[in-house]
Amino acid sequence: MNITLSSEAITRLTERVEGAQTRAYSIPKLTNEYPEMTADDGYAVQLSLLKRFQEQGHKLIGWKAGLTSKAKMQQMGVNQPSIGFLTDLMFRPENSVITTEDLVHPKVECEVAFVTKDDLTGPDCTAAQVMAATDYVLPSIEIIDSRFAGFKFDLPSVIADNSSSSRYVAGGRPRLAEDLDLRTLGVVLEKNGEIVEMGAAAEVMGHPAEAVAMLVNILHHLGESLPAGSFVMSGGITAAVAVNAGDHVIARFQELGSVSIRFE
Amino acid sequence: MDINRIQQFGDKLYEAFVARSTIAPLTEQVPDITLEEAYAIQLRYIERRLQAGETIVGKKIGVTSKAVQQFLGVYQPDFGQLTSNMVFANGADIDLGGLIQPKAEAELAFVLKEDLNGPGITAMDVIRATDYVVPCFEIVDSRITDWKIKIQDTVADNASCGVYVLGDERGDPRKLDLTLAGMVLEKNGELYSTGVGAAVQGSPVNAVAWLANTLGTLGIPFKAGEVILSGSQSQLVPVKDGDELVCTIGGLGSCRVSFSGRSAV
Repeated sequence: MNITLSSEAITRLTERVEGAQTRAYSIPKLTNEYPEMTADDGYAVQLSLLKRFQEQGHKLIGWKAGLTSKAKMQQMGVNQPSIGFLTDLMFRPENSVITTEDLVHPKVECEVAFVTKDDLTGPDCTAAQVMAATDYVLPSIEIIDSRFAGFKFDLPSVIADNSSSSRYVAGGRPRLAEDLDLRTLGVVLEKNGEIVEMGAAAEVMGHPAEAVAMLVNILHHLGESLPAGSFVMSGGITAAVAVNAGDHVIARFQELGSVSIRFE
Repeated sequence: MDINRIQQFGDKLYEAFVARSTIAPLTEQVPDITLEEAYAIQLRYIERRLQAGETIVGKKIGVTSKAVQQFLGVYQPDFGQLTSNMVFANGADIDLGGLIQPKAEAELAFVLKEDLNGPGITAMDVIRATDYVVPCFEIVDSRITDWKIKIQDTVADNASCGVYVLGDERGDPRKLDLTLAGMVLEKNGELYSTGVGAAVQGSPVNAVAWLANTLGTLGIPFKAGEVILSGSQSQLVPVKDGDELVCTIGGLGSCRVSFSGRSAV
């Protein structure tokens, strides 16, 4: 790992991100203060944040892949994917009402989620290994919420901010991955009854399992692995859509049913 | 517009088609041209192709996506006629020399087993009357200079239809989710874009029902055996010599086409 920040700086940035996440305010991107900050520095802050949450009793449920499509990377001005952690306190049930009061500027995206039945470890994890280790897949919506002012950030900053992860919702219809063609799986995202985004899951690195393999390999780089029973969100199939209080969002997946949520 | 003028424009479009050349937008020549007149011009253009020995084999539906509708400022689809010289088999290598300024679109095609006599046709009738669906490519082309089209221009020009390629894998619409089926388009082995059936009027089935009702109102027959290209699920793909495209529709199958030579423009 290419860590340039001192442990004091990592602690300071962890506290800054934690404050922004828990009290829902925006902060300038971290590279304003630390222009030399690397992606690995970002992960050091993210892992320090995870440790802090775990010490407070939050449970690690799994991980998310982010910035997995070319379009997404261009939209956000970065050039590689990223990962973030998912805890029990970030989970919301299907059909629930999500408050926007404790979010800064939330956006939603639809993703294929994987639940694993075997351990997966890098550095050479492949999509085929991911498919073999998958217990089932299910439809999901991720609510991303960059804590950076105006969604303006670079890769080290977004990684430190847990790759913009804030809430996630998993839908009710599990399927066996081998029964589906995850590459051509279609998804339609509707907001207040109107189609706002659509695409096929190939948008995610050609195949969502590729994104999970990438995630396992990044975990290895961080000295971590993906234990059996993990929940993994493989990355947004469509562009992220901004939501406000009063909005109703439904993601309809081919073969996987739908996921519906409201915002208040 | 009088009938002679309509005939003239239809003839000009036919002559441009034969010569692989283009004409100035009709909407520049006749700024107040109506959609009705544009369809009348289309009928003349097609009549000329039929006189030259072709037959009607189906219909194409265009302007089915929100993006294209917003671009053209119209909030309903349009249609054109498919004729017998337009069809290519799956995997065909298309000589671009026969086209003017082609672009490709990935679509779902329907083949009817019963006539659909609108008005009054619903999505349920379309599913019942469909023999099978197949993935396909439409190679759109324009006889209008630089694709500078308004809705009347593309309608008169047979909805910018060029040629089309049908896949081999046939699906039963009663066994497929045509609304949510994903579409993956690859160009030269790399992911180019993806789409979903819902991009076409909420569902390709809705587009075909619209067509049946529109044709019924106009008194144009819509017969068993006809092929219907239901509307693009992808962006327009520019194509040149050596390009190969594959589109795959989830749960259905693929269609493949390659290109060689040079188009007129």
